[in-house]
Formats: sequence, C-alpha cells, structure tokens
Amino acid sequence: MTEPVLEARRLVKHYGHVLALDEADFSAMPGEVVALIGDNGAGKSTLVKTLVGAIRPDSGEILVDGTPVQLASPVDARRHGIEAVYQDLALAPDLDAAANLHLGRELYLVPFLKVLDRRTMRRRAIEAFADLGIELPDVGAPVGTLSGGQRQSVAVARAVSYASRIIFMDEPTAALGVVQRGRVLDTIRRVRDRGVSVVLVSHNMPEVLAVADRIEVLRMGRRVAVFTASQTTVDELVGAMTGALELSNGSKGGAA
Amino acid sequence: MTDPQQVAGTPAAPEGAAPARPAVPSARPADTRGSARRFAGRVGAASETYTLLALVILVVFFSVKAPGKFFTLNDFSLMGQNAAPLLVMSVGETFVIITAGIDLAVGSLLVLTGVVADLYCIHHGGASAGWGTIAIGSVLGLATGTAWGAGQGFLVAKAKVPPLIVTLAGFIAAGEGVAYLITGGADFRTVPGKLVNTIGLGSVAGIPWLIVISFAVAIVAGLVLAYTGFGRYTYAIGSNAEAARRAGIRVDRHLIKVYALSGLLAGVAGILSLASFDSTTIAGHAFDNLEAITAVALGGASLFGGRGSMFGTVIGLAISTVLLEGLVIIGVNQYWQEVAIGIVLVAAVYLDQFRRRIRQRA
Repeated sequence: MTEPVLEARRLVKHYGHVLALDEADFSAMPGEVVALIGDNGAGKSTLVKTLVGAIRPDSGEILVDGTPVQLASPVDARRHGIEAVYQDLALAPDLDAAANLHLGRELYLVPFLKVLDRRTMRRRAIEAFADLGIELPDVGAPVGTLSGGQRQSVAVARAVSYASRIIFMDEPTAALGVVQRGRVLDTIRRVRDRGVSVVLVSHNMPEVLAVADRIEVLRMGRRVAVFTASQTTVDELVGAMTGALELSNGSKGGAA
Repeated sequence: MTDPQQVAGTPAAPEGAAPARPAVPSARPADTRGSARRFAGRVGAASETYTLLALVILVVFFSVKAPGKFFTLNDFSLMGQNAAPLLVMSVGETFVIITAGIDLAVGSLLVLTGVVADLYCIHHGGASAGWGTIAIGSVLGLATGTAWGAGQGFLVAKAKVPPLIVTLAGFIAAGEGVAYLITGGADFRTVPGKLVNTIGLGSVAGIPWLIVISFAVAIVAGLVLAYTGFGRYTYAIGSNAEAARRAGIRVDRHLIKVYALSGLLAGVAGILSLASFDSTTIAGHAFDNLEAITAVALGGASLFGGRGSMFGTVIGLAISTVLLEGLVIIGVNQYWQEVAIGIVLVAAVYLDQFRRRIRQRA
C-alpha cells in the first residue's frame, strides 16, 4: 500500500472544556481528491486548521510522507508543500491578481533593495491562470473589482502554484453560482491530475460524490467512516455524518 | 479602481504615475486596444486624476482673482518652503494611513525632535555650533522621533491598542508633555546659525534647501512605496491584514517599522522646521496632524487602508497649501483658513467613502 502524503494520527484539541478533536485520524493519499465531511461542529475546521499549521493540536501526530512533522505556522506547513484555500479566500482586495498570487513570496529585481520584479510576477501569474484554464479579463485589476468566481480562481491559483503535495479547500464552492461551481470542480480535478492531492471540505454531498475519490467522515471530533466515492450514496454519507448509520471500528471500505 | 501598482507614482514623475505598466510580452498580443481602453479607464478611475484637476482649478481661480500676485514663481517657492515640514510629515502619514492606521503624533514628534536636537546644540556651541555638533544633535533628535514612533507601532501592533488612541496619547505626551518638560515651556531660540543659514534660508542651484530636501524625501519614499517589497506589504496589510499574516508576512514587525518611519520623517520635519524658524516652535504644531491627514486623504488614500499614493499625497498637500495661500492673497480673514482646513478634511474623507460605495456596488 502506498504511503499517505499527509496523515493525522489521534489528534486531540481542546478549546476550554470543549473537545473539538477527540483522537481524530485523517489521511490523504498521493494524487487523490479526498472529501472531508461532517455535520456542523464535527471538528472539520479544527482538523483542517491543525493540518495547515494554523493551530497546534494538544496531542497526536502529523506525518508528511510518513515522517512526523511539527507544523507551528502556515509558513511551516507551506514549506512541506501544504497549501490552503480559505473560505474567506484571504486575498488583499486592493492588490491585483499578480500581487495576490505572490503575496508573501514576492520576487525581487534587486534583492538588496527589495525592488519588486513586477514584470516576472505578472508573467508568472498569467501562466498560472492559463495553466488552470482560468480567464481573468485583466490580471492588473485590483481583485476587489473581480467577481466572486474570479476571486475564487485567484485564491485557488495561488494555492496551486505553490502546493507540491496537497491543497486544502474549505467550502470552495459555497459562495458560487452553478457555472462557477462546475469550473471549481474542474480545477480540482485538474490539480489532482497534476499529482497534487486535494482535500475538499464541503457540505454539498452530490458535489462531493462527483469530484472526490475517497470520503472521510468526521463526527464529534473523530473519524467515523471512510468511503470510496464510487461505492457509496448520499444516504450513506448522511447516515455516517449524523450517526444514524452505525459503523463498526471507525472504518468502512478502507482507504482504497 | 486605484491600483497601487499602476497609480502610485512619484512626485518627480507624475506622468509615470499611470503608464508605468510594461507591456506584457506574449501574453495577448492582439489585446492592445483592450489594454489601451483599460488604461484610459484606470486614468479615469484614478482619484489622482480628479485631485490634480481640483488643484489646477484652484490655481486658475486664484490667479484670476489676484492677477499678478498669486501665479508667480516667487510665491510658489514660498509655499513650497512653508509646506516643506508638512510635506515630509505627510509622506510618513501616507504609509501609516495605507496600513489602515493613523498617526496623530506627527506634529508633536516634529516639536520633540527639534527640541532634542537643539538641546544638544545649545550645550555644544549654541548659535555658533559647527556642522559636527549639528549632525550629532540632528541624529539624536531623529533617533528620538524614530524610537517614539516605533513605540507607538509596538502598542498598535502587539498590544492591539487602536492607532487613534495610541497616537493621540503620543501626541499629547510628546508635544504637550515631554517637549514642555525639556524646554520649561519657553521656546529655545538659540539655533546653530549654520543650520539656519543653509537648510533654513539657503538654496542649492537656486532651489531652496527646504524644497530640495522635502521633495527628495517624497520621491524616495514614493519609490519605496510603489516599487519595493516594503511598499507592497504596506498595501497588503492595509488591504487585508489577516490575509497578509496568513501569507507569511510579519505584519506586526512591518507595522512597527511603518510607525517608526512616520516618527523618523516627523523628525526630519522637525530639523527642517528648526532650521526654517530659528526656534523650536513648541506651540505651533497642534494641527499638523490634521493637515497631514487632510493631504493624504485628499490625495486619494483610503482611511480604511490599502489605497493611496505618494503622488496623490503631494497633490493633496498642494491643494490645501494653495487654498490657504490663495485665501490670504484674496484677503479672506485668516480665521476662515482654519474653518477651510476642517471643511476640506471632512470633504476629502467623504469623497473616500463615496468612492468606496461606488466600488462596492461595482
């Protein structure tokens, strides 16, 4: 069996008296789309935050390619090739797409004086968008003037440009219209086809079944089920999420 | 609308403000007409365009109202010299406001720097002090301004005290407190003659030193703002601090640097003011902060951060300077000037709100 590109083992996280993660496990295999689903308060956000370095678990292990790592900050996670597209996109609306794509990773013409190499950054941005089949009318326009879907594209392109192992996408389609949803799902497939794993956090079951290879279900801070997307149904997923469907041993179907 | 990259120009090269964008090689060769239209759109959308227009209208108005008096080279030179310290402070204020902050302490740091610098000079030769003494005194003064600014930045970034409160406290503590403690409440009037006669009154190649220095500061700072990583982070933090933080930008450290820079520039203004007035003028800078903020806001910067340019600030300052000077020349009671400053500030901020609403609708 191949080794997971990213794996969490028995992660525990308390917020005061609230137990957000109760020995939660998670794994993502190389080059797959894995959906992380669960009811509100199941611990999805907390789990994702620990895996992108935004918060530190109280205990448990995170492994990258089988090696235990400490993710003290998002910058740390990024060094391991882990990127995230946040639900709020985390873009600077007054900066243009090229500037946002390179935010915190600017290229310099004169490194000593920190003179920005805007031409190269712009060119790379255009290439990055073209790679994903994203069309922006003007990469020089402030992203605040773009549509919701275009902004989403910028955030996705940024994550894709730097992720070498895995990308987390938190509800990437929640704010989008039907056509744009389709585009984002296409992008997710395209990213996977480039060999980068994608973790999709979503409430939309048909969407999850359409794009994911595997589905991990979180309930009350634990992984309660693992499904192969081609062999399950919306009813089964909802059953696992709500606990209506009792599953033995916290796994079903295995990490196929 | 205002894209910092395209619009943020420098005082030296106003024409460079918008067309600086290099053609994109190989991107979409057939797209030149579209990009020309976009460029025209950006010039139209750039707040600097309207601010410049307002300046031109003001100059024409006063030139017609006071023929032969207003539109003279001599008068512009005087305005430039009078406004020099304010220009340098406004440059620092521009950085602060683009981070979505505000610095109310600039006028007080001007005073404090002048007092500290002159205190050293008084004890080391007084009016006949040499350049060495002046240099050491100036460095001490600038270090004071910078350290004070950095302290304010620390409180804003680390202690999360709102900048309005931090710098209001700094404004009072430095300007009404420390400066009065050092001077005992009476201005120092012993200023090194060499400083006054060169920086204060002298010229280089026919241009007054005050103008040379203040514009040099504005140009360098404008280039830093528009073309360097420091400037980029300044915009990014003002635009979305959380996004900047998640992108790995050390937001707190950058904010401290920005407030320190504002303190340093207020210090430079302090040396200029000391040289120009031959006195520490401790009671004369209570409203410098509002004037600097007015200049920055008129220049198209958003008080909500993320937008603004040095070119805009220079134009903004020119507008308020021309307005006040023009009112004097056409004989309006000088107390109306204070009223005018207040009106212009509120109008500038209202315009910003108006632009934001339009933008959000778009």
